[in-house]
Amino acid sequence: MQALTNKSIAVNRKPMTFLERLYLINIIKGMMITFKHMFKKQPTIRYPEQKREFSPVFRGLHVLNRDEQGRENCTACGLCAVACPAEAITMEAAERQEGEEHLYKEEKYAAKYEINMLRCIFCGLCEEACPKDAIYLSETFAPANYTRKGFIYDKNDLLIPNTLTNAPALAKAKGVEA
Amino acid sequence: MTLLALDWAFLIEKLVLIVIIVFASLGIALYTTFGERKVAAILQDRPGPNRAGPFGLLQPLADGLKLIMKEEIIPNASSKWLFIIGPGLAMTASLMTCAVIPWGTAVHLFGRIIELQVADVNIGILYVFAVVSMGVYGIMIGGWASNNKLSLMSALRAASQAISYEIAMGLALIALLMTTGSLSLKTIVADQVTGHYWNIVYQPLGFLIFFICAMAECNRTPFDLPEAENELNFGYHQEYSSMKLGFYLFAEYVNMIMSSAIMACMYFGGYDLPFFDESTVAPNIAAMIGVGTLLIKIVLFIFLFMWIRWTIPRFRYDQLMNLGWKKMIPLALFNMLLTGALILSKL
Repeated sequence: MQALTNKSIAVNRKPMTFLERLYLINIIKGMMITFKHMFKKQPTIRYPEQKREFSPVFRGLHVLNRDEQGRENCTACGLCAVACPAEAITMEAAERQEGEEHLYKEEKYAAKYEINMLRCIFCGLCEEACPKDAIYLSETFAPANYTRKGFIYDKNDLLIPNTLTNAPALAKAKGVEA
Repeated sequence: MTLLALDWAFLIEKLVLIVIIVFASLGIALYTTFGERKVAAILQDRPGPNRAGPFGLLQPLADGLKLIMKEEIIPNASSKWLFIIGPGLAMTASLMTCAVIPWGTAVHLFGRIIELQVADVNIGILYVFAVVSMGVYGIMIGGWASNNKLSLMSALRAASQAISYEIAMGLALIALLMTTGSLSLKTIVADQVTGHYWNIVYQPLGFLIFFICAMAECNRTPFDLPEAENELNFGYHQEYSSMKLGFYLFAEYVNMIMSSAIMACMYFGGYDLPFFDESTVAPNIAAMIGVGTLLIKIVLFIFLFMWIRWTIPRFRYDQLMNLGWKKMIPLALFNMLLTGALILSKL
């Protein structure tokens, strides 16, 4: 049979020499290797205190975006829910009333917006589908929870904190805190 | 009127000593489990247990608590009494060894001279051997009483392994005894303190054989075939749970400590601190230095055990038997002959 690559090495089937059969020399060699590892730097990230830095393209927990005046971008068009391959997104639309112009950017908004984080596969298709720049995937992930219900994130959990009134909370939601 | 002419102070002194030594051994065993995990972690570039307490130092307490809180399961089809006796026997046998180990020179307290050795038996080493071979009963009974074929198989392995390696161990010891001329551990250590060199200088090959056999006796890797998970699920303690399992696991660590102590006593001068004359300081301080020295030697041996464990994989069963019968025993016999010839040529 022709070899696929030139990387294959023939197995050495020579009978072991006396020194090899004693095992001792090879055991000491092995112990030297493990001894060297005692002084190596540990690659461990000590999680709750230390966190791994995600790359900017990391697809993590969703945020619902606001515009520069702090108004919700989402118009409840439902394109994200349609795009979602895991069917994790549900929403209910509502009409903006008089005097709510400072809360919602356009006449229609999402009264209820829920993402089931247990269904979500963090593919980012909702982000791509959104015509209003309303949904983004941040650089954090969903924390553990005791119940399944706890993983259904509603608008309170998802909505990005108001840029104008709460800048630190915004940084936290983006997952870029120090 | 006295019924028995007992030296009550002597009795109390020995009892206190026994209690201290047993609890110290158990305490050290507890922290050896922690050390095992830390050493394993450091050798594998991991941090190891570091959550419970500073540096994870409370981890063994958490482990112990966990073991105690677990449900005690005694299988229906097991021989109940033997099933319960098994772990106790294993633990007793491993703890009994510490009776003859000389932990240090005598201490002067309350106007008495207290020897830091529970019993100076003049056949100390034979006693150790007798007790160590009792340890196999704990494993054998536990494996048999579990009524589980894998447990039984691993118990059989443990028994055959212990028997095979005890022979080479005994032969290595005979060579040592030929040079020391005494079976009492106290005398052996005292000779090394007063003599020029430790016994390791006279018996390097004997020590190597003894060390390897001790590793096999303790069921440590590379000789941990009784616990070969990939072949035997979990080994002879598969059906055990809660503190009964804990006893088996602790017995292994106590065994390790005791064999380290015996190796330190027989080949490495016991409580002898090298290049230091104990007679220059007060006897009590000298005794404390001695105990500390012995403990350091024990810790070093335990580290060596762990270092080996986390370096090499376990032997195959045929390799184990080949090594025991075809290499260790001839080598030990050769060592014995060599020692005899050297002693004769010196005379």
